[in-house]
Amino acid sequence: MALSSRHLLQLEGTSKEDLDLILDTSVGFREILDRPIKKVPPLRGKTVVNLFYENSTRTRISFELAEKRLSADTINFSTSTSSVKKGETLRDTVRNIEAMKIDMVVVRHGSTGVPYYLTQCLDANIINAGDGTHEHPTQGLLDIFTIRQKYNKIKGLRVLLVGDIRHSRVARSNIWGLKTLGASVAVCGPTTLLPYEAEKFGIDVYTNLDEAMEGVDVVNILRIQLERQKAGLFPSQREYSNLFGITRERLKRLNKNFTIMHPGPMNRGIEITNKVADGPASVILEQVTNGQAVRMAVLYLLSNVDAHEDKAIE
Amino acid sequence: MDRALTRIAHEILEHNGGAESLVVVGILTRGANMARRLVDAISAIEKVEVPLGLMDISLYRDDLNFNPDQPVVRATDIMFGIDGKNMILVDDVLFTGRTIRAALSQIIEFGRPDSVQLAVMVDRGHRQLPIRADYVGKNIPTSFEDNVRVYFEERDEQDGVYLYPAKAKKKSSGKSKGGGK
Repeated sequence: MALSSRHLLQLEGTSKEDLDLILDTSVGFREILDRPIKKVPPLRGKTVVNLFYENSTRTRISFELAEKRLSADTINFSTSTSSVKKGETLRDTVRNIEAMKIDMVVVRHGSTGVPYYLTQCLDANIINAGDGTHEHPTQGLLDIFTIRQKYNKIKGLRVLLVGDIRHSRVARSNIWGLKTLGASVAVCGPTTLLPYEAEKFGIDVYTNLDEAMEGVDVVNILRIQLERQKAGLFPSQREYSNLFGITRERLKRLNKNFTIMHPGPMNRGIEITNKVADGPASVILEQVTNGQAVRMAVLYLLSNVDAHEDKAIE
Repeated sequence: MDRALTRIAHEILEHNGGAESLVVVGILTRGANMARRLVDAISAIEKVEVPLGLMDISLYRDDLNFNPDQPVVRATDIMFGIDGKNMILVDDVLFTGRTIRAALSQIIEFGRPDSVQLAVMVDRGHRQLPIRADYVGKNIPTSFEDNVRVYFEERDEQDGVYLYPAKAKKKSSGKSKGGGK
């Protein structure tokens, strides 16, 4: 079994077979995390660069641990301590790093399309760790893996994403992956934070949270970025919290055996209350653990897909 | 196969002086079936249930970088301590010895058993590493290109050991050895 692509850029257009292979492989890697020695040898001798042009704790640490647990050598790069400050272009930076013989690049960047651009000028396998407002595929995969772990299926489940859908790459990756696997997906948020023509994703769109939560199995609560308020997209945190905050009272509308998810970092008391975040239905920390397993599976599966494509930019 | 399994169970018990210190670990996929049978055979003799684990060795293979068709990674399931135990490692066919090498590398990451003993249904020769089996169901001389398969009823709808000579590939043309129950 092998993936059909040597990069992971987005879940849009990723086939059901590839998604299933990643999720099935993640089960094997999840078990490794419960062992006394959490390290296996398949990426021995490979070098992975974590290229983070945007801040991140969870994703960067998760990728780095996943790489180390697969016995890869890892290099971390963050813009604040690099020559990017001196004005070096992205392409020069990555080509210089590649000249040091690296095998895989994990990249996060504020601009949409940077991971794709890198596939056009590098030989390495590229993994998107979040680009602009486009996608964050490993987060989508780990959310789907966590849902599958609890329900043993994806098909037929009703999943609701609440919050800033428009700027959320996590939402986009979730929507594409879940739809490919046969879940029914709904989104809910203030009109200003919903994508234009959101219905074109093939999802249900709500602006009233109570209606949206009717008959839902999984609620995935997205972080509300406080800087969006400064941009005038919602009037106040208090109003947002009243209209779109997930409280214990609201959970009554959900299906039995419901699940609460959040990709982090949480604004407690705004999009989610403490009682919900720490409640029995919350799998928020399990998501973090599963993230490592999913990233190990992605790194392992991509490391062996060996098809040198012609590069567009030499 | 049943007679071979019962004999191996007796040999294991004799060699280890009972079942107290034993744990049994099967290598996925068919080593797991054989390990289950072996545990049942031991409990039929000694009236105790020996701990049973499963092991996936694909991440420890030495041909990961050579084989473009990646093995499917599955979960290892060893839910008990192995320190100080006598571990019976179980696989269906012993051939080059590379699978067993991979399993041994993985075992030491779980702990330090007092001993690791190898039980296989078929030893077909052609070792490429200094590895031998302690308990063997049947020795079958083969040529390197032949294909040897052990079938278990719970997985393959029948019990049997089949040898497919190198030229023919399909089951119908294979000759059966030691088949039946």
